[in-house]
Amino acid sequence: MKQTTAPGMKEIALVGNPNTGKTTIFNALTGLRHSTANYPGVTVEKRAGQMKLTTGETVSVLDLPGAYSLVPRSLDEEIVHKVLIGAQQGTPPPDLVVVVLDSNNLERNFYLALQVIEIGLPVVLVLNMWDMARENGVEVDLEKLESLTGAPCVPTVGMRQDNIHNLREVIEQNLTQPSLRTKRDPSDPSLDPGIRYKQIDEILEGVVRRVPRKELSVSEKLDRVLTHRVWGMLFFAGTMGLIFQSIFSWARIPMEWISHGMEHFANAAKAVLPAGPLQSLVVDGIIGGVGNVIVFLPQIFLLFFFIALFEDTGYMARAVFVLDRVMKSVGLNGKAFLPLLSSFACTVPGVLATRTIEDRNERLATILVTPLMSCSARLPIYTLLIAAFIPQIHVFHVLHLQALVLFGLYFLSIGAGLGVAALFRKTFLKGNRMPFVFELPPYRFPHFGTVAATVWDRGKEFLCRAGGIILLFSIILWFMMSYPKDPSAAARFQAERRTAATMLSGQALSEKITVIDHEEKGEKIRSSFAGRLGKAIEPAIRPLGFNWEIGIGIITSFAARELLISTLAIVHHVKTEGEGMTAGLIGALQRERSPETGKLLYTPLVAVSLMVFYVLACQCFSTFAVVKRETGSWGWLLFMIVYMTGLAWMSSFVVYQGGRLLGFE
Amino acid sequence: MPEVEVVPLDRLSAGEIGIIQGYEGEEDLHHRLKELGLVAGTKVLVKRFAPLGDPMEILVRGYSLSLRKQDASKIVVKRTPA
Repeated sequence: MKQTTAPGMKEIALVGNPNTGKTTIFNALTGLRHSTANYPGVTVEKRAGQMKLTTGETVSVLDLPGAYSLVPRSLDEEIVHKVLIGAQQGTPPPDLVVVVLDSNNLERNFYLALQVIEIGLPVVLVLNMWDMARENGVEVDLEKLESLTGAPCVPTVGMRQDNIHNLREVIEQNLTQPSLRTKRDPSDPSLDPGIRYKQIDEILEGVVRRVPRKELSVSEKLDRVLTHRVWGMLFFAGTMGLIFQSIFSWARIPMEWISHGMEHFANAAKAVLPAGPLQSLVVDGIIGGVGNVIVFLPQIFLLFFFIALFEDTGYMARAVFVLDRVMKSVGLNGKAFLPLLSSFACTVPGVLATRTIEDRNERLATILVTPLMSCSARLPIYTLLIAAFIPQIHVFHVLHLQALVLFGLYFLSIGAGLGVAALFRKTFLKGNRMPFVFELPPYRFPHFGTVAATVWDRGKEFLCRAGGIILLFSIILWFMMSYPKDPSAAARFQAERRTAATMLSGQALSEKITVIDHEEKGEKIRSSFAGRLGKAIEPAIRPLGFNWEIGIGIITSFAARELLISTLAIVHHVKTEGEGMTAGLIGALQRERSPETGKLLYTPLVAVSLMVFYVLACQCFSTFAVVKRETGSWGWLLFMIVYMTGLAWMSSFVVYQGGRLLGFE
Repeated sequence: MPEVEVVPLDRLSAGEIGIIQGYEGEEDLHHRLKELGLVAGTKVLVKRFAPLGDPMEILVRGYSLSLRKQDASKIVVKRTPA
């Protein structure tokens, strides 16, 4: 990450209410020269960039999070407050504060502006969305406003260049002027907001003139449909359908490109590096491990795109409005819906999307249940086990049993998630620090530059932040699956190959070699640390109907759940790879018998128990990484792993033992 | 002809206007609502209720705000003819 603040560089801070177009102004001032990071210790995004003055001097520009007040009520507001009074570690107090205001809504926007002016720092007021305000019949006397507030006022229309140019000039002029006002900390809670609003009313009385308009605004017309009892719900369902469609079907195409690309990359690395531990580390550990995670990038980026689009158009607030009542019944709020929905694609963006939830307890409860939402990495496991063990019959003549089972798994996932959330909100994550209020901004046409920039920033952040931990865990897991080496076993398989070479030739030889290769692979994983761990946990998972082969699969699933499939294929010596592997594995699972008892290892009951386990268990390093980061504590992460593992174990126990009592095998 | 009366904000129907008189109950939760401009003497218009009856959308100081009925019930308004 590039250093944004050189010592002695002048600092400009951008503040404003949420939805004022502050970030658009920031992007216009700094161009693409900005970086995103987090404030130390908290998950509040820190966006910093640079701007060049006409003198050639470079100044630093900081985009502070949206805030309604400097009396901190949320993490975001706490950061804004600390930065402005110079109390934020690592961020020097600004030399100039640019307050971005929504011209349509000056009264409420002025509440924050007044607090900033009271601090005594030099202030420039930006009246953004100037065009929309004029269209809405809002007229503002800029000269009068300047003389009453003592701060220069600049009207802007988003990115429009002439306004931005003007703003740059005003910033430059005011950057050099020392402040004359007295300093006062505005976060004095004893000051009643009523008093400030009285001041605001006095200032704006002769400044803002509203020409009443007869016809309904476009926004109002849209709202009559989009928050309608029937149409609103239908539109919402349609939008969610579109998101699901894009994640589960369109995203498949780039996902395949990525996995092919990673294969090529791995082959190239194999060609360059000499065979041995280093090659194995790079190819299987790093490229393979990281590849398992970045294959989900198309889904993650698509989700970020939809989220950014909803935010930019103003639809997000309507979705929250429509759904709040539903989420309230489990102790969450409407803003929890999107994170939970995102988690059906991947838990990681789901957890990141909880940032919009201001209330700490609600946010924590939401984070703790996101991994219960059945992510797309679990889908291949369901489809494999259903294809292998659930008969293709119809229930009540119309319902397909296989489809019904799949539906049941998703139902279990949603039910468990909402149920657990309700439980947590009723017990140790009780209560709210804030009333649940949010603004319904007017709809606007999305600005694709802003949407793209947001998607890119968030995606990049995910890669930088989660990437390190994922890489680390990938290497650890690779080590566990590759070591300890058994030289005598390697020699034995080598001898078998030599024997085969002397006795067979042509097609028969290459077939025999493949068989030996697969046996060696199976032997290697069984004798590895991961294999031993899989065997070691067998007593714990035996009551769930799982053998040690599944135990190994559960261990490898921590890199990515779908690895259960390739692990089972390896330990059961399934020969073909790629397309044929699934069919081969299904056959192997159906036939595999226990060497001790001679009974079938996998039965429909075991399959159901295993699927229930995969719905509820927390086994994904990427999730660990992002939960640790977003909750800021190992404690919450540990709690999540413990409660989910407990829930999964007990549920599978009930399924398997209950099934046996009912006479199933 | 609706008579002028003092009621909690959530009792107004869509399209009705009220003037805020004050708050009831817990002081701490009200501060945010006041900061958003819902101070005594402010005029609010109830725009609509969400499809499932809660929350409600109000127009205050020229912008739209969503709040839950449970929070709105703490705000006392004087029902005023439009």
